[in-house]
Parts: sequence; C-alpha cells; structure tokens
Amino acid sequence: MAVIEVQGLVKHYGEVEAVCGVDLSIDAGEVFALLGPNGAGKSTIVEILEGHRAKTSGSVSVLGYDPAKAGRSYRERIGIVLQETAVEEQLTVKEAIDVYGSMYPKRRKTGELIELVGLGEKTDSRIKALSGGQRRRLELALGIVGDPELVFLDEPTTGFDPSARRQAWSIVENLTSLGKTVLLTTHYMDEAQYLADRVAVIAKGQIVAEGTPDTLGGRETASTLITFQMSGHSIEGLPSNEVTLSENGRVTVRSMDPTGDLHRITGWAIERGVELAGLSVTRPSLEDIYLELIGEGTDA
Amino acid sequence: MPDRPSTFFLLWSQTKYQNKIFFRNPMAAFFTLFFPLMIFVVFSLVFGNQEIGYLGVTTAQYYAPSMAVFAAVSATYTNLAVTTAYQRDRGILKRVRGTPLPPAVYLGGKIISAIMIAAMAVLIMMTIGVVFYGVQVYASTLASAAVTFIVGVASFAALGLLIAAVVSSGESATAVTNATLLPLSFFSGVFIVPSDDAPAWLDAVANFFPLKHFVEPFVAAFSPLTVGAGWDWGSLGYMVLWGVIAVVLAIRFFKWEAPVGRGGKSRRRKKDATVT
Repeated sequence: MAVIEVQGLVKHYGEVEAVCGVDLSIDAGEVFALLGPNGAGKSTIVEILEGHRAKTSGSVSVLGYDPAKAGRSYRERIGIVLQETAVEEQLTVKEAIDVYGSMYPKRRKTGELIELVGLGEKTDSRIKALSGGQRRRLELALGIVGDPELVFLDEPTTGFDPSARRQAWSIVENLTSLGKTVLLTTHYMDEAQYLADRVAVIAKGQIVAEGTPDTLGGRETASTLITFQMSGHSIEGLPSNEVTLSENGRVTVRSMDPTGDLHRITGWAIERGVELAGLSVTRPSLEDIYLELIGEGTDA
Repeated sequence: MPDRPSTFFLLWSQTKYQNKIFFRNPMAAFFTLFFPLMIFVVFSLVFGNQEIGYLGVTTAQYYAPSMAVFAAVSATYTNLAVTTAYQRDRGILKRVRGTPLPPAVYLGGKIISAIMIAAMAVLIMMTIGVVFYGVQVYASTLASAAVTFIVGVASFAALGLLIAAVVSSGESATAVTNATLLPLSFFSGVFIVPSDDAPAWLDAVANFFPLKHFVEPFVAAFSPLTVGAGWDWGSLGYMVLWGVIAVVLAIRFFKWEAPVGRGGKSRRRKKDATVT
C-alpha cells in the first residue's frame, strides 16, 4: 500500500519553478531517498508533504490525507526532522523531549529515546551547551518522539562527523526494522546508497532517475570510459562512434563493448605509430552517474 | 484517538514551558521584572516620597501602580512580540506547526504565561510599594484594579502577538515595541504626568492609544481621592476594542515561518540559486 502518492506536483515561487511535475509513490515500510544538489527542489517537495507549504498544482496524498488541509490527526502520525535544529536553547535535552512528547497520543519514553540517539550523558544539559552534532541528534529524537508511522528526514546528517553519521544511520535502520516508512533527502551519495531501498535523483525540480541504488541511472549497464591523451595527431578513423575530444587533447570514448573497443583503438594507434598517453579504462562510479544525472558531469 | 492529551493538559504544559523559558532568559526577566522596579525606586529617591501637589498623592502612591502597569505591558506586549518573532526566526514556530499541538493552544500557553508573569511583576511592585514606601491599598477599589489589570494585559498580549505577526524578524519586533511603548509611556502618564500646558495633539495621541486607558484607571484605583469603586467602563471598553481588533488582525497575518529572504534557511537557498 502506498503511504505517499504524488502526481504531477508543481510548485512555483513567484517566477521560479522550484518543482516541475514530480511523481512519487512510496510504500509502507520503505526507505526512500530524494537525492540531489542544493536548490534542486528536495526540501520544497518534503515541505509540501509535511504540510508546511502549499503546492501550486498536482495531487498529493500522504497516509490518505491531503497535507495542505490535514490537521492534528495527520500530524499525530508523522514525524519531522527539520534541516536546522530549532528548539528553545534554554531547555535541557530531557525537558525538550518531554514537552514535545507530551503533544502526541503515542510516545516513546524520554530516557530510552535519549539513549537511542546517544545523548545519555547530556540528559540534563541545556541545549545551548550542545555541539552541532549533538543538536542534530536531539533534532532526530524530537522527530520520532511521537512514535510516527512516517518520518521525514530533511538532510539528517549534514554537518555530522563520521561516527555521528554512522550512529544516525543506525537509528534510521532501527526505524525501518520497526516497519516505519522513511522519506529522506540528502546530497550524500553514500547516505542514499547505504540507507535507501529506492532513490530518486532530482535536479532542477525534476526527477531525472529513479531506482534502487544498484541500478540507478542504468549503472549496471552503463558505458565504460576509455580515455587517453592525443597530441599532434588527428583522431580521424578512430574505430568507435562515441568519441569526444577536449581542447587539451584528451580523448574520451564511451564504450558498451570495452574489450573489443580497446582492441580496435590500440590496433588503430599501433598502425599509425601513435602513443596513447595516459590510457585508462574506467567504469563510472555511482558518483559519476549522479553527477551526470544532475548535469554536472564531465562536460560541465 | 483515545489517548490524545486533553486540551487542558496541553495548555498547562505549554504555559509551564513558556514560563521556564522566560525565567531562564536573564535579559527578558531583568527588563520585565527588575527594570520597572528600579525606575520606581529612582523616582521615589529623586522626587522624594512626599505628596505631589497637583496630584494630591505621594510619589510612591502614584508610581507604584504606574510602574506596575509598565511592567505588565512589558511582560505581555514587548515580551510576546519579541520572543515570538525570535522563535519564528529560529524555526521554532515551524517545528511547533509540524506537531499535533493545536496552534491556538500553543499561542494560548504563551498568553497565559505572559499574563502570569505580568501578575507577578505587579504583585512584586505593589508589595514593595506597600512595605517600603507606605503605599496605601483600598479594599473598595481592589476589584476594579484587578479587572483593569486583566483587561489591560489581555489587550496588550493580543497587541504583542499582532506585532509578532506583522514584523519580519526578532530585531524589528524589538525596535517596534520599544519605539511604541517608550514614547507612549511618556505621553500616557506612566513616567511623568503631562502638564495641563501640553499641546492638544499630545493629548489626542495619548487618548487614541490604549496605554493611557490602562494606566489611568489602575493608578486611580490606588488614589485616596477616588470616590466609589473606581470602575472606568469607558477605558475598559476601549481596551477591549483594541484587544479584539488586535486578535482579528494577528490571526489574519500570523506567520509560522520567517518570510523569504530572512533567517538561515532562505539565505542558504538564495546562495544555492547562484551556484546552480
């Protein structure tokens, strides 16, 4: 059953089209990542789903509600982890979790939650005194204090050090093991790859690719890149179709048949007595696929 | 939802939480509770605590209630406007909006907390006046003093939220509340009693805004010259009018998020736009 169903979502800010026709369908228990650079429209989509922002057009259904019109009963079932930690600095960790927890019909126990996010030693510290990473972990705790069915995580680990990141990831895994649905936005490839069941890459307000982390952007069938340096020689007659020559003489060949292509290219070079300086053969990493998808790849 | 927390419980827990925040913010606590008290003490020293000829009461008998009103207005109008606007700047209002807490309960908790702090400020001021400065309290006018207080702080709380609703940031809330409260306090007889020679327009300004309609009846309730129970229905009605208009406009214009171009998030968004 789809928990989130979005069709043809459009959002304009004045003249700017932040989201231009996005479709999403996310099932219960799924971890879905919206991956994209800053300003791609991820947060706008999430904020529309959370009910913080009104859409311009399209249809949106979350847990059967229209978030723009939904009220208390919708918000009792969702949890929101904001991009920036926004809590009263004067409160202690425990007080903040207590006061926000008191708003929900179901709630997690304060002590257990504090342990879960690894703030046990900071229980009675003022929020003012917490480090950036500790604040984000508190934010995470506040997002799940109401034991929500659906959790929105807007860039949950931005600014985390590697160990805090691992810890945040294990909390998300813990949520999924409890059957929660998670929608997260991130601009980290590895985060999407590690956490998500499915990933949608978003650029300039549109979904440019969608799939599991392994098949994203046709990665498993993607072309191999053969590159080398040419100086003073024409590349005419190079036995491959997809050849590009950059200004500094770097030649890139996209190949779906790397073994054969490499044989033909080296044969061509030997025939003409040309040295292929810096010859390399690479398969694109997930990062390359991602950069290409969002339009910031090699040709940018 | 059978286990949904009751509105009463939520309102009470919000009120407690707002009180806690206030008392842990030394600046707010100082300016609301201590500053008016300081002015009162200074005035009593400077003018000497003797009968002021044209008022017919002692310095303390006038300034204890007038500075009590100033403290009450600071606690409601200034504090609500400034803290609410700052909370919006920092995304706290947005967070609250994303929880099941009904918005009216959140704002209700803020208002009740502000009124409790105002009541405390008034009690401290009057107690010090009575104990150390010989201020007289009259049983016959206590009821009208209490009603004037309640109507006054409720109206000024509404006005504070209206300011929070229309300003773009915490800084501008501070500027607007100070730029309105301080001059009005001078015109309305909080700090000084305008003489009969004051220009007519000054009188008109004072009469238009609600502060004078709070100070005059409250001070009168502690004046030995007041005859009867001290009810000033005109002033009470006028404050109610201001309060109702403020509530309507505050609801109309209230924003839970800082406007675009303000606050960290939108700044970042702007920067991104130039990158892509």
